[in-house]
Amino acid sequence: MSATGGRILPTSLAQVGTITKYELVSYFRSRRFFILLAIGLIISGLLTGLTAYYGISIVAPCLLAEGCVTPSLAFYSFWWGNSITFVIVLSGIFFGGDAISGEFQNKTGYFLVGNPLRRSSIYIGKWLGALIASVIILAIYAGITVGNGLYYFGANIPYQFAESLGFSILYLIAVLGFTFFFSSLFKTSAMSILITAILFLFAFNLIQLIVIGLVQIEPWFIITYGAGIIGNVLNDAYPTTQGIRGPGGRERFTYAATVPEGIAILLAYFVVTAVLGLLLFERKEFT
Amino acid sequence: MSGPSIEAVNLSKRYGSFTALSNLSLKIEGSKCVGFLGPNGAGKTTTLKIFTDMIRASEGKALINGVDVHLNKKKALSSVGSLIESPEIYPSLTPREALSMVSELRGLSGTEKRKRIEEVVTEVNMQEWLDKKVGKFSKGMKQRINIAAALLSDPDVFLLDEPTTGLDPRGMAEVRDIVKSLKTKNRLIFMSSHLLNEVQDVCDEVALIDHGKLLVYDTLSNVTKRSSTDGGNMVEIELSRDVDEQTINRNIASLANVVSAERPAPRKLRIYFSGGVENQERLLLDFANLKIGLISFHPSGSALEDTYLKLIKDTL
Repeated sequence: MSATGGRILPTSLAQVGTITKYELVSYFRSRRFFILLAIGLIISGLLTGLTAYYGISIVAPCLLAEGCVTPSLAFYSFWWGNSITFVIVLSGIFFGGDAISGEFQNKTGYFLVGNPLRRSSIYIGKWLGALIASVIILAIYAGITVGNGLYYFGANIPYQFAESLGFSILYLIAVLGFTFFFSSLFKTSAMSILITAILFLFAFNLIQLIVIGLVQIEPWFIITYGAGIIGNVLNDAYPTTQGIRGPGGRERFTYAATVPEGIAILLAYFVVTAVLGLLLFERKEFT
Repeated sequence: MSGPSIEAVNLSKRYGSFTALSNLSLKIEGSKCVGFLGPNGAGKTTTLKIFTDMIRASEGKALINGVDVHLNKKKALSSVGSLIESPEIYPSLTPREALSMVSELRGLSGTEKRKRIEEVVTEVNMQEWLDKKVGKFSKGMKQRINIAAALLSDPDVFLLDEPTTGLDPRGMAEVRDIVKSLKTKNRLIFMSSHLLNEVQDVCDEVALIDHGKLLVYDTLSNVTKRSSTDGGNMVEIELSRDVDEQTINRNIASLANVVSAERPAPRKLRIYFSGGVENQERLLLDFANLKIGLISFHPSGSALEDTYLKLIKDTL
C-alpha cells in the first residue's frame, strides 16, 4: 500500500483484481461472449448429433491395427482432440483480438489511464479477464464432452483427457499472450483481430505444412505445432517423428512434438509475446 | 509546500520533425483555476496528456505536487482528477459500475465508495441514470459521468481538457459552478478551453500557448489589462427603454474612463473604456446613477479575446 494525499492507494495486485472484475462484467454482458458460447454449443450439438446418428464405433472407431486399445480414448480423441484448438483460437480472437487496441480506438483507455495505476496493471487485469472468460467457455465445452463420454462409456474417463485439458489451458494461455501482443501492436481493433484470425486459422497451419512438406524440418517455432500435444496425448500410442522411405528411395519425415517439447513451445510463445505485448503497451502513447 | 502544485520543467514533445511542445516551463501553485488557452494544435492537450502519463515527454519533466509523473505515476496521479479528450466509458457498464471501478482503483471502498458515487452523480445531475448502461448515453451524458469520475476521490489537482465539450448550455453552466466550488475547497484546477468567456468567468489566471511555446502566464486581470491599455475593455449594457443618440453623446460619452460608446440597438449599448476592474466598477455606479433604465451590465469577453488574438497574431 502506498499512502498519498491522505488516502491509501490499493496495491498494484489489488488494482489488477479490480480491472479483471470489471472486464469480466463487461464480457458477461457482451454479445461476443454469447456468440462464442453459441459456437461452442453448436459444435457440441453437431458432434452429439453425428455420434447419435452414426454410432460411436463409426465416428470414433478404435482400430487395433492403428494401435487403439481404449475405445473411450478414441472417443475423446475424436471429440476433444479434433475441435478444442478451434474453440481456443476463437476465444483468443474474441477476447484478446481487440482487448488492448480497443482501448485506443474506442478511447476507453482515456477513462482508465489517467488514474493512479500502472499500465501493467491494466494489461494484466484485462489478460486475466480474457483468460477467465475463455476458461468458462472451455469448461462448458469440456462438460458437454465429458457428458457424452459418460453416456457412452460410463465413468471410464481416461487420464489422458485430463492431460489434454491441461495442455488446452496452456495453449489458451499462449494464444491469449499472442493475441494481446498483436492487440498492443495495432491501434485499430479490426486490424488486430484480422491479423490474429489469419495467423491462427490459416497462416500457422499453412506454414507448418510447407515447412514439413517441402523443407522437411521440424516446425518447432510454430505455436500450432506445439499445440499438437493436445490431440497427440489422446492416442494410445503417442505419435513420434518418423522417417518413411518413399518411391525413389527418398526419406520423408512426419513430425510430432513430444510432450516436453510442446509444453516448452507453448510456454515460450506465452512468455515472449506477453513480455513484448506489455512493453508495447507501456510505451504506446494515447495520441 | 503551500498547496497543490503542478510544474512543467522544460517540457518538450516532438513527433518526428513536428514539435508539439517546445521547452514549456510553467509552475502553478495553490488554490486557483488556471485557464489554459491556445489555438488548435497549440500544445494544450499534449501538455495535459504528459501530465497524465498518456504520452511521454521528449524532454523535460512534469511534476504534480513535486512528484515526477513519468517516474512515479501512481503517486503523482493519486491526488489528480483528470478529464482528457472526452473519454469513452465501457458501454456495457452502468455509471454506478464505472464509477465503482474508478473508486476501487483509487482506494475507496464500502460505504465511503457508495456515498461518494451518490454525491458526485448528484453534482453532475445524473442520478436518474445511475443504473442504466452507458452505451445508450449521449455524448453530453457521458461527459457528465467523466466529470463525476474526476471528482470521485476528491483530489487536490484537476486537469481538465475542454470539460464542457459536448454539454448543453445548462450542463456548461453546471460545470462552471462545479469548478467555482472546487476553488473554494483549496483545489488547483488547470483547465484548457477554447471558450474565452468560460475562462474569464471561472479562472483566476491564464496561461496562453501557441506553437508549443508559452506566450504568457499571468493573472486574468493583468492579461486583460494588456488590451485595456489600448482602450479595448468593453461592457455590454441592456436598458428597459430606448436611449437616443443625444443621451449617448451628452451623458454617456463624457463619463470617466469611457473611450467610446455604440448603440447596436435602441435598448442596447456597447461601452469601451480604459483601465481594469476598478474602472469597470465605477462605470457600473455611474450608469446606475444615470437612471436610464439599466437592467443588465456585463463585461464582454473582448478584453481577453483581444489579448488572445494579439498574442497569437504576434507568433504567426
